[in-house]
Amino acid sequence: MSLQEFLAMGGYAAFVWPSYGLALLILLINLVAPRLRERNTLKRIARGNRRARR
Amino acid sequence: MFHWIHKYGSPKYFYHFSRRWTPWIGGLTALLLVVGLYWGLVVAPADYQQGDSYRIMFVHVPAAWMSMFVYMAMAVSGVIVLVWRMKVAEAFMRASAPLGASFTFLALVTGSLWGKPMWGTYWVWDARLTSELILLFLYLGFIALQSAVEDRRTAARAGAVLALVGVVNIPIIHYSVEWWSTLHQGATVTKIDAPSITLDMLLPLLIMAVAFTTYFVTVALMRARVEILEAEANSNWARELADKTGD
Repeated sequence: MSLQEFLAMGGYAAFVWPSYGLALLILLINLVAPRLRERNTLKRIARGNRRARR
Repeated sequence: MFHWIHKYGSPKYFYHFSRRWTPWIGGLTALLLVVGLYWGLVVAPADYQQGDSYRIMFVHVPAAWMSMFVYMAMAVSGVIVLVWRMKVAEAFMRASAPLGASFTFLALVTGSLWGKPMWGTYWVWDARLTSELILLFLYLGFIALQSAVEDRRTAARAGAVLALVGVVNIPIIHYSVEWWSTLHQGATVTKIDAPSITLDMLLPLLIMAVAFTTYFVTVALMRARVEILEAEANSNWARELADKTGD
């Protein structure tokens, strides 16, 4: 099977690839969001600590 | 037993437990996804009726299974929240909702993308599709409720009640293809007798389903530990941790 054949998905490329693309996008967003939120929360708590010490 | 619950159920312990284990379960998820995707997209043969369009199944079916599994996980945490007022269960329940909504949304959109070439339409008000859409609204309602109630613990209890009431929708989704015979096809894998699907399609499907499950466990643990951190922001352990890592 050539790469071109693979990408064509037997004529269903317009339905198969968006499905997989959306799945990947949703999984990635859900993975990154909590990491960012955790970092921001830790920063916020650390700022509060510094303010309390002054 | 109670010692065990006390230890593992303490917010601080849970936070560190989550940080320690999520990289490993996440790594396992990545491995399973690579194998499942390669098998499903490259190795598995084309379907004799649906051609290559059936490959949407490898994301659609795991997403749809997870949309219901996550809801049940939320409902079980809801019981623990209402009966034992356990903070970790509150965090887990709240962490699950956006993931459940994501899986439900993914199941609906991929189903629609599969429906267009096979049924000739993106959407019908079929019983399966409609009850799955209601599931999405249940998740969104839960999320809205969590942000509408100021006090976290009150919000968690209200959310637990909502989650439990919504459980009635789960058997409706599951049996919809039997109770109302409409456009959506019946079960292929979970039939009493042998599944009516070749092993070369069944195995990648099961691998993808396990991958979606471990993905959920990974991200739910990550989200839940952030919930814990926010709820415990004034506690000594959280403040010490922030001094070490939050700069």
